Amino acid sequence: MIEIHDLTLDIHGTGILHDVSLTIGAAEVFGLVGESGSGKSMTALAMMRLLPEGARASGQILLNDTNLLALSEAEMCDLRGREIGMIFQEPMTALNPVRTIGDQVAETLLVHGRASRKEALVIAAEKLARVGLPPEDVPLDRYPHELSGGQRQRVSIALAIALRPRLLIADEPTTALDVTTQAQILALLKGLVAEEGMSLLLITHDLAVVAGMADHVAVMQNGKIVEQAPTEQLFTQMKQPYTRQLFEASHHQPDRRVTARSEPLLSVENAQRNYRLPGISLFGKTPVFQAVKDVSFTICKGESLGLVGESGCGKSTLSRAILGLEPLQGGRIVMDGKEVQAGVHMPAELRRKMQVVFQDPYGSFDPRWKVSDLIGEPFHLLEAPPQNREERICEALENVGMPIDCGDRYIHEFSGGQRQRIAIARALVLHPELVILDEAVSALDVSIRAQILDLLADLQARLDLAYLFISHDLNVVKAITDRVLVMKAGEIVEAGTTQQVFDAPQHPYTRTLLKAAPQIPRAWRKEHHA
Amino acid sequence: MKLPLQLWIGFGLFAFFVLAVLLSFFWTPFDVTVLDISEKLLPPSSRHLLGTDHFGRDMLSMLMVGARTSIAVAIIAVGIGVAAGVPLGLLAAANRGSLLDEIIMRGNDLVFAFPSLVIAILITAVFGPSAVNAILAIGIFNIPVFARVTRGAALSLWTLDYIMAARVAGKRALRISLEHILPNIANVLIVQGTIQFSLGILAEAGLSYVGLGAQPPTPSWGRMLADAQTMIYTTPRLAILPGLAIVLAVLGLNLMGDGLRDFLDPRLRRARQ
Amino acid sequence: MTRFLAMRLLSLTLSLVAASVVIFAVIEVIPGDPAAYMLGLNADPDAVAALRDELGLNGSVLSRYLHWIGGALQGDFGQSYTYRVPVSELILQRTQVSGPLAIYALLLSVLIAFPVGIIAASRRGKPADYGIMAATQLGIAVPNFWFAMLLVLVFAVKLHWVSAGGFPGWDGGLFTGLKALTLPAIALALPQASILARVLRSSLLDTLHQDYIRTARAKGLSRRQTLMRHALRNGLIPVLTILGLQFSFLLAGAIIIENVFFLPGLGRLIFQAITQRDLIVVESVVMLLVFAVILVNFTVDIAYAIADPRLRRHR
Repeated sequence: MIEIHDLTLDIHGTGILHDVSLTIGAAEVFGLVGESGSGKSMTALAMMRLLPEGARASGQILLNDTNLLALSEAEMCDLRGREIGMIFQEPMTALNPVRTIGDQVAETLLVHGRASRKEALVIAAEKLARVGLPPEDVPLDRYPHELSGGQRQRVSIALAIALRPRLLIADEPTTALDVTTQAQILALLKGLVAEEGMSLLLITHDLAVVAGMADHVAVMQNGKIVEQAPTEQLFTQMKQPYTRQLFEASHHQPDRRVTARSEPLLSVENAQRNYRLPGISLFGKTPVFQAVKDVSFTICKGESLGLVGESGCGKSTLSRAILGLEPLQGGRIVMDGKEVQAGVHMPAELRRKMQVVFQDPYGSFDPRWKVSDLIGEPFHLLEAPPQNREERICEALENVGMPIDCGDRYIHEFSGGQRQRIAIARALVLHPELVILDEAVSALDVSIRAQILDLLADLQARLDLAYLFISHDLNVVKAITDRVLVMKAGEIVEAGTTQQVFDAPQHPYTRTLLKAAPQIPRAWRKEHHA
Repeated sequence: MKLPLQLWIGFGLFAFFVLAVLLSFFWTPFDVTVLDISEKLLPPSSRHLLGTDHFGRDMLSMLMVGARTSIAVAIIAVGIGVAAGVPLGLLAAANRGSLLDEIIMRGNDLVFAFPSLVIAILITAVFGPSAVNAILAIGIFNIPVFARVTRGAALSLWTLDYIMAARVAGKRALRISLEHILPNIANVLIVQGTIQFSLGILAEAGLSYVGLGAQPPTPSWGRMLADAQTMIYTTPRLAILPGLAIVLAVLGLNLMGDGLRDFLDPRLRRARQ
Repeated sequence: MTRFLAMRLLSLTLSLVAASVVIFAVIEVIPGDPAAYMLGLNADPDAVAALRDELGLNGSVLSRYLHWIGGALQGDFGQSYTYRVPVSELILQRTQVSGPLAIYALLLSVLIAFPVGIIAASRRGKPADYGIMAATQLGIAVPNFWFAMLLVLVFAVKLHWVSAGGFPGWDGGLFTGLKALTLPAIALALPQASILARVLRSSLLDTLHQDYIRTARAKGLSRRQTLMRHALRNGLIPVLTILGLQFSFLLAGAIIIENVFFLPGLGRLIFQAITQRDLIVVESVVMLLVFAVILVNFTVDIAYAIADPRLRRHR
C-alpha cells in the first residue's frame, strides 16, 4: 500500500536518514522501533512531507504508485488527513487549547470539503464516540484542558481517522501516558485497524509495545534500518547484533547482591500531605487536595525499596516530604532516629544522610556552573568546605565511572546518560545512607538505562546505600528492588517483596498494572535467555 | 562566536552618543551658556556645522550637551527600576503563591495604573518642575516593569530540578536566588534594561517637551523641540535636528537590545554552534 | 465565568480605591496651605478661609478623603478656582477631545498593526518581512510628538491639506471633528502600531512552533489556513497584554500631542492647572486618567478570558 524506496534525508547538510526502504501492506500494523535520534520520527514526517526547514529528501515514497516526494504542497494538503492521518507523542500540547474538541475533529472534514459544518459536527460526535468519548460523557464543546491526557490522545486519534485514511501514523502515541491508559489506547488502535481496514505505522522505542501490536517490525539505528521482518520471526531470530542488544537492554537484569539488613533507616508513619487547590475562596473553606493520605513504611539500611504508581498518585510529593522540602499535615517521618522537619528547620546533618537523583537529565543542573561545582554543591551542608574538596569530587566522579578531568567542563557538553552519572555523583559526594531515585532512569534510552542500572547495583553493593526507587516502569522496579510499594491516589495499596508482588499480586490495582504493562511473549523470549 | 549585524549597528550608534556626551564635558564647538543674538538662526556652515538657534547658540553644541540630560535621566531611571524591581521580583518568585507575592504583584498593578506622565504631573504639582521629576517619574514606572519580568523569568526557573537539588543541599531561598536564579535571568534583565533605557529617552523627551522635565537653561532634546515648535514654519531645522538625535539614540538602543536577545538566547545560540 | 467576573470586578474596585488613596495622599503632602497657594501671596485672609471651606479642607484627613471621593462618585469634583466653574464641567468638555483622540489612535494602530504583523509572520525571512521589521524598528524609535511636528510641517505647512491645529468642536459634524483629529491620531498610532505589529509577529512565530500546529498540518490544512485558524487566536493572547499597556501610553501621548496641535483637551487643561496651581483640577484629571487605565486593564482581563478558555475556570 505504501512503499518507501531508498529514502535519504539531510537537514542543513547533516545526514539524518540513509537509504531507508520499507513496505506497509493494507490493513497491516507496521512497528518501527529505535532509540532516540535513530530517525524513526523523521521517517514519518518525511511521509507526511512535514519536515523541518532545511530538510532535503531523496528517494521515493509511493502511496498507491503516487510518489509523495514529487507532489506539490497543495496536492499534499489535499492528501494529508484524507489518505494519511497522524498522531503525535504529547497529548497535552497536540490540541489547540482555545478551540473545542468537536470543532477540532470537525475541521478535518471541513478542510477537505467533505461535509457542511452541521454534518461535520455530527460525524465528529460519531468519531469521538468511536474512540471512546461519547458526547453524553464528554460533550463536543469541551476544551482540551478539561480532558485527561488519555482522553486528549483519543481526540487526536478521532481527528486523524475522521476521514478514514488508508494509513495512520502514530509517533510514540503512548509514551507520555500511564501504563493503564497506554493499554487502552493501544487496544483502541488495534480495534480501529481491524474494523476500518486501515494500516498503522506504529513508531515506538518500546520493543514490548510492538511485540503485542505489530504484524511486521523494522529496527532503526542511526538513520538506517538494521533489520526488518514479520514480528514473530524478528523476535525469535534476531539476526542483527543491534536488535539483540536492544532486546537484552530492555530486559536488563543487573547483578545484585542483597545488602539489606533489618536495621530500620527511614520510617514514614501515617504521613499526610495536603495541597490547597488554586483559586482563592472568599466564603467557606478553601478546597484541599490530599496528595498523600496516611502512608506508612520503613526502609532498612542497605535496602532497595521500590515505589510504583501512575502519574499524580502522590509518589513525588512523598519523596519531597521525605527530603524535608515540604511539610506534612499529619504523621511523621523519622530518619536514623531523628524526625525530618521541612525547610530551614531541618538540621544539616540529617539532610546529609539523604540525597536525590531526578528524572530530567537536562533540568537537573545549573547550566552556568562547572561540573565540579555542581557535584560539590551538597558540601553546603557541612559546616565548612572539606579540605580535600577536589579529592572527594574526583572520588565521586570515579565512583560513577566518569573521567576525573571533566570537573572543569559545563553540563551542556555531556550526553543524557553522562549527565545522569553526574547527578548520581552529586548525590554520593556526601556519602549519604539513603538515595532517592525519582524516575532516575525513565528519560533514558534502553541501552543507557541498562548501564545506569548496573552502576546503581554496583554502587549499592560497594557503598552500602539504601535506595528509594520511584518509578512508573514496572520492569525497572523489578530489576533493581528488594521490596516494592504500590501507590494509588495517595495511598499504598500493596507492599511486599518484589518477587511476591510481581508473581502473586494481591490488590486488584496491582494486577491491573501488571496486566497493562506490555510484555514480549514468553515463548519468544526463551530463545535467547535459556 | 559571530556577533549579529544589528548588535554591531546598535552598539555603534549607542557608543557614538556616549562618546559625544563624554566629549561634551571637556569640549564643545561653542559655549552653550553664551547667548549671542547677532548669530541667531544661522544656517549650517563650516563655522556652525548644524547652524544656530534663535538665541544664537551652536546647534551641534546644544545637541551634545542635551544628550547628557537624556542619557543621564534614562540611565538613572533604569537604575531605580533595577534596584527596586529586581529584588521585589526575586522575592515574589521565591515566595510564589504567598501573601507577600500577592501584595507585591498587586502593588505592581497599582503602580502600572500610573503612566510616567501622570507620575510626573503629580510630582510636579507637589515639588515644582525639574529634571529630577523626570528621573523619579520614569524610574517609578520602571519598578513594576522589572519586578514583573524578574518574577516571570524566576518562576520558570524555580520549577527546575536544579533548584530542587540546591534545596536538598540545604540552601535557603535568598542564597538560591542569588546563586542560581539571578545569573540565569541576567540576560533577560539586560535585554529589558536596554528596552527601558530607550523608552526612558523617549519619555524624558516627552516630559521635557511639555515642561515637566529639564528646565531652562539646561539644554535637553525635549526642551529644544518645545522651543523650536513656534519656529517650525520658518526654521524647521531647529525641530528636525533634536528629533533625529532622539530617533538615532533610541534606534541604537533598540537594535542593541534585539541583537543581545538573539545573541543571549540559549535556544538560538545552540542553533548557531 | 460569573465567578471569574465577580473576582475581576472586586479587584477592579480595590485598584480604584487604592489609586484614589495614592492620589489624594500625594496632593495632601503638598507643603503649606493649598488655598493660600492657589490665591497667591497677597491674598485676603477671608478669601483664603472661604476657599478652605469651599475645598473642604477643614475636616480630618479621612473626612476630607470621603468628601472628595463621595463627591466624585456623584460626578461632583468641586469647583475650579481659576476657571470658576465646576471641575466636572471642564473635564466633560475636554474629554470630548482627548477621549475620541485616544480611541481613534488605538483603532488606527490596531488596523495597521494586524495586517502588517500577519504578513511579516507569514513571509518570515522573506523581503516583505525584512522591510516590515526595518520600518517598525524605525517606527518605535520615533517620539510621537516629534512625528506630529513633522506631519504638521509636511501636510499643513508645505501641502496645505489640513490646518496646522485647533479643534472646531463636534457641532460642525462628525467629519469636521474627525478631520481635525486625523493628523494627531496618525502621529500617535504609527509608533504604537510598530510595537504592536512586532509583538504580533513574534507571538505568531512562537505559536507556529507549537505541537498543535503540526496536528493541524497533519489534518491537511495549508500553512496559510493553519496561521489564520490556529496560530492567530493563540498568538493574540500576548498581544492583548501589550494592547492594554499601550492604552496608557496612548493616553499620555494624546496629552502631550495636544500641545503640538493646539487641541483643547485634557492635556492643555492639566498643564494650565499645574502652572496656576489649580490643585482640584490636577487631582481630578489625574484620577480620571488612572481610572481609564485601570478600566482598560480590566477589559483586557476579560478579553483574555474570552480568548483563552483555560483562564475561565469555574464554569
